[in-house]
Amino acid sequence: MALTDLTITQTHEGLMKKEFSALELCKSYLDKIKERDSNPPTTRQGKNINTKISAFLTITEDFALLQAKKIDDMILEKRETPILAGIPLAVKDIILVEGIRCTAGSKILENYIAPYDATVIKKLKGEAAVILGKTNLDEFAMGSSTENSAFFTTKNPYDLKRVPGGSSGGSAAAVAANLCVFSLGSDTGGSVRQPASFCGVVGLKPTYGAVSRYGLIAYASSLDQIGPITKTVEDAKIVFDVIKGKDEMDSTSVEAKLKIKNDATLKLKINELRIGVPKEYFIKGIDEKVEKVIKEAIKKYEEIGVKIEEVSLPHTEYALPCYYIIAPSEANANLARYDGIKYGFSESQKSKAKSQNLLDVYLLSREEGFGAEVRRRIMLGTYALSSGYYEAYYLRAQKVRTLIKEDFDKAFEKVDAIFTPVSPTPAFKLGEKIEDPLTMYLSDIFTVSVNLAGLPALSIPVGKVGNLPVGLQIIGKPFEEDKILEIGKIYVGN
Amino acid sequence: MISKEEVKHIAKLARLGLTEKEVEKFQKELSSILDYIEKLKEVDISGMEPTSHSIKVENVIREDQVNEKLKMKNAKLMDLAPETKNGYLKTKSIL
Repeated sequence: MALTDLTITQTHEGLMKKEFSALELCKSYLDKIKERDSNPPTTRQGKNINTKISAFLTITEDFALLQAKKIDDMILEKRETPILAGIPLAVKDIILVEGIRCTAGSKILENYIAPYDATVIKKLKGEAAVILGKTNLDEFAMGSSTENSAFFTTKNPYDLKRVPGGSSGGSAAAVAANLCVFSLGSDTGGSVRQPASFCGVVGLKPTYGAVSRYGLIAYASSLDQIGPITKTVEDAKIVFDVIKGKDEMDSTSVEAKLKIKNDATLKLKINELRIGVPKEYFIKGIDEKVEKVIKEAIKKYEEIGVKIEEVSLPHTEYALPCYYIIAPSEANANLARYDGIKYGFSESQKSKAKSQNLLDVYLLSREEGFGAEVRRRIMLGTYALSSGYYEAYYLRAQKVRTLIKEDFDKAFEKVDAIFTPVSPTPAFKLGEKIEDPLTMYLSDIFTVSVNLAGLPALSIPVGKVGNLPVGLQIIGKPFEEDKILEIGKIYVGN
Repeated sequence: MISKEEVKHIAKLARLGLTEKEVEKFQKELSSILDYIEKLKEVDISGMEPTSHSIKVENVIREDQVNEKLKMKNAKLMDLAPETKNGYLKTKSIL
């Protein structure tokens, strides 16, 4: 078994038993990245471009090696070594790491150097985890395929002609291809779960407020959450436990009150577990083969004694249109800060600048700095919030949001968790949906409700259609991450 | 279908420059998305309260004090600006 095949737990054990050093471990990953991922600046010219995954936008080699050496000293001196110490990870390039470029996948931030660490990064550094680099994403996390990156397209490790999903496509592909032990993504409408499903890895979208958003470049602030992408459910729990918690720098972050003491208490209760399966998620539009994989997975839970029952989430079909008012409205406000004045790309600094006055700087910097999808969403949000449309669009969407949340509240009176597919199809082909925004939006149809309701949800790989992985979504009650993680752990595959 | 003038108006409100060709492209795309969003009109929302956050959020207040640490950060943030003068952001003329 290669070092790069190991999970967090296995890697930690290996380090503790001195089977390998943190430096050797770090070097194996960096070598693997060089071999399989290619260096971003040469990607375009590279002849064998199609054989590379292109998950990384920035590789922080020196920084990683330096950190790894420190951890070896730590282990030698027999100081207390946290479980994530020396574990190489990758970070979605929308989360700030001090002193490292953070692009958000956008030309407008192409040369932006993060002036501070995001809270999650501070916590991971506190555990002495080793950051290998920053991963590709759809520009400002807007997209479902990573094709909206302003730099290049990331490919699915299972089939290089297909997308890794998005927007955390680079983070999911990097874990799937063993280019890191785990990664961080962010999820506003499914951006951790859907790429995790497409790449056959585990992805957790925590409850809104469970993880601090400080240092996460904002897309839609009432929906955004940072979540781990890992090889196993156990690893997802390890990372989540490190990054969660209230943070004074994010006033929407909260301390989770509910806790499950340990596995044993839950294991004893498998027979009491009640799982709801919403009928509204098995409708036309879902790939039959995906449906079959999901139904088989649910059956396997039933076989070990979990009670499965049908539930109804009647407003499911309104979640996607609701999301496409709320998210762009918030994005429109959040992205107003990219004005060519405070930081980021400014048209006025070009050698042949056309801007004559302040308005020109705004217009031209944003025209050149933002890609098509970002501009589309900014305009949608502007429209939905503009005078005369506010009530018809934004306010109506917020009320529908209440109904969607109430659907879940009602369902959770009867069941402990809910099972659904993560996405209606497996990974689609590169270029297949990029020309038609609405078709692209539909790949998030099963994931957006969770963000609107602020719930935690896990994606675990449960089977394949041909060579392509399919994920099961496990949705939990607010702050019951531990429970859905335990439910994920007891899945017994083939 | 929204008009080209509406697209231009929205783009202006959003401070987004658009080429004439793009106006047409966005007109088509935004119209098809807005048609899809129309679906929300089917929902009976009478008596519903709007949800802005899924959890209850409250204003968080702190003392208005000068934080020396943040002062240092300010200098770092100013370094990121495309153009500065005497410690201030510099912009082109407004008029």
